[in-house]
Amino acid sequence: MNLDFKSAAELLASCDEGSCPISEIMRRRECELGETDRNTIEEKMALALKIMRDSALAPLNAPVKSMGGLIGGQAEKLTRHRQSGQAICGDVLSRAMTYAMAVLEVNASMGLIVAAPTAGSAGVVPGVLLALQETHQLPDENIIDALFNAGAVGFLAMRNATVAGAVGGCQAEVGVAAAMAASAAVELMGGTPHQCLDAASTVLTNMLGLVCDPVGGLVEYPCQNRNAAGAANALLAAELALAGVRQLIPFDEMLETMFTVGKRLPSELRETALGGCAITPSACAACGGCG
Amino acid sequence: MPFISVFDVLGPNMIGPSSSHTAGAAVIAYLAQKMIAPPLKKVDFTLYGSFASTYRGHGTDRALLGGIMGFSTYDTRIRDSFAIAQSKGIEYHFIPNETETDIHPNTVDIRMENAAGQVMVIRGESLGGGKAHITRINGVEVDFSGEYSTVIVTQQDVPGVVAHITKVLSDRQVNIAFMRLFRESRGNTAYTIVESDGKLPQEIIAEMKANPNIRDVVIIQS
Repeated sequence: MNLDFKSAAELLASCDEGSCPISEIMRRRECELGETDRNTIEEKMALALKIMRDSALAPLNAPVKSMGGLIGGQAEKLTRHRQSGQAICGDVLSRAMTYAMAVLEVNASMGLIVAAPTAGSAGVVPGVLLALQETHQLPDENIIDALFNAGAVGFLAMRNATVAGAVGGCQAEVGVAAAMAASAAVELMGGTPHQCLDAASTVLTNMLGLVCDPVGGLVEYPCQNRNAAGAANALLAAELALAGVRQLIPFDEMLETMFTVGKRLPSELRETALGGCAITPSACAACGGCG
Repeated sequence: MPFISVFDVLGPNMIGPSSSHTAGAAVIAYLAQKMIAPPLKKVDFTLYGSFASTYRGHGTDRALLGGIMGFSTYDTRIRDSFAIAQSKGIEYHFIPNETETDIHPNTVDIRMENAAGQVMVIRGESLGGGKAHITRINGVEVDFSGEYSTVIVTQQDVPGVVAHITKVLSDRQVNIAFMRLFRESRGNTAYTIVESDGKLPQEIIAEMKANPNIRDVVIIQS
């Protein structure tokens, strides 16, 4: 079996050959090519999950102001709103966006997070997976499977495109994070490997062209909102795939398209804080003292 | 193409907010402090490029100071590193240099002075994703990342020293992954940097120093 897969097509071929999920192929790849063993990688992933959970839950009751002062307290407000029974998004999405924003709050206040795949997009994967875990009462082992699945999708993005906002815009950061989360959610909820990568492709289609325009050059605003948007995109893409809706464009092609579009974005819209939201009058007024 | 681990995708585990401006900065300073005998008395950080313009909002300053005190990228004490440095009596300064632009955008020069009066200047560059490398030691251009277990030997540039280093390593059954020699000019100070796959035995320090032309040996375990 080919464990050194270089594309989604090769990954799917390995899944079909071994009749196993994406997470299993990714585990075998890690052990084989990373010259390590199952126990070591299970322990490392369990630690990653613990850090993800801590960072998603801590700000719900104890909000912290960010270093740049632009965010803090959003996750607590969302939690209160949901607990009052007034959430209009439903339980899963309401929780997913809350946790996604909580992680960004922790990140922006110099707390401990797991980059997934980057610090600025670190909220999406834990947001989606922890929300599904809570609403469907799933054990940690299933979430760890889902994380290996997410890792496979993120690996393809790092290998064949980019996950750097400075290179490809926010579509490469939050877009890829949401593609990872969508694929992981599909495996978690019983979908096939093909459905996983269909969901990942859907996300890249829906977030194509999203620019990176952080106010004050800081990983705060609109980054935190966009992590919530990434969680929502991931859930809707997973829902489509699980419902049996097929996608016209395979993940490999969408990844290449995302990369091409990213490189064509002007540099003002690639993490330089020289365009987009960052240069609106209100943003400039707000970050006069930061940076 | 180097191997991309699942933990390069879901990782690093790090103190936010930025893998390049926070985690990478902590890595550089962590590597730097390994090169000088403790306790540190005074540290000056000269910041270039994007480090110089955005270091406060990204906590680059706290991360550098934390790294200098030996904190890892995931150490939650980084947030409080100003207070911790003050309690340890370490004097520190951050000097943004926005005039020198012909340089990697996330570069820092770290000038360290210890209680014994020894001075060491290290330059590091943050490469993104929490990865970083050291590019200068006391003005001599070098290159290592600390991702492998590393030995840094400070030596006089004379014949026989490298042979001595490799003999010590082979006697201790250390498998060399990479080995490079850097020098400022012929006959002066040179640095041999050896990167190895496994953990390095501490005994090699004394064994290498048995050669009178070897002045210092530093080990950084991966």
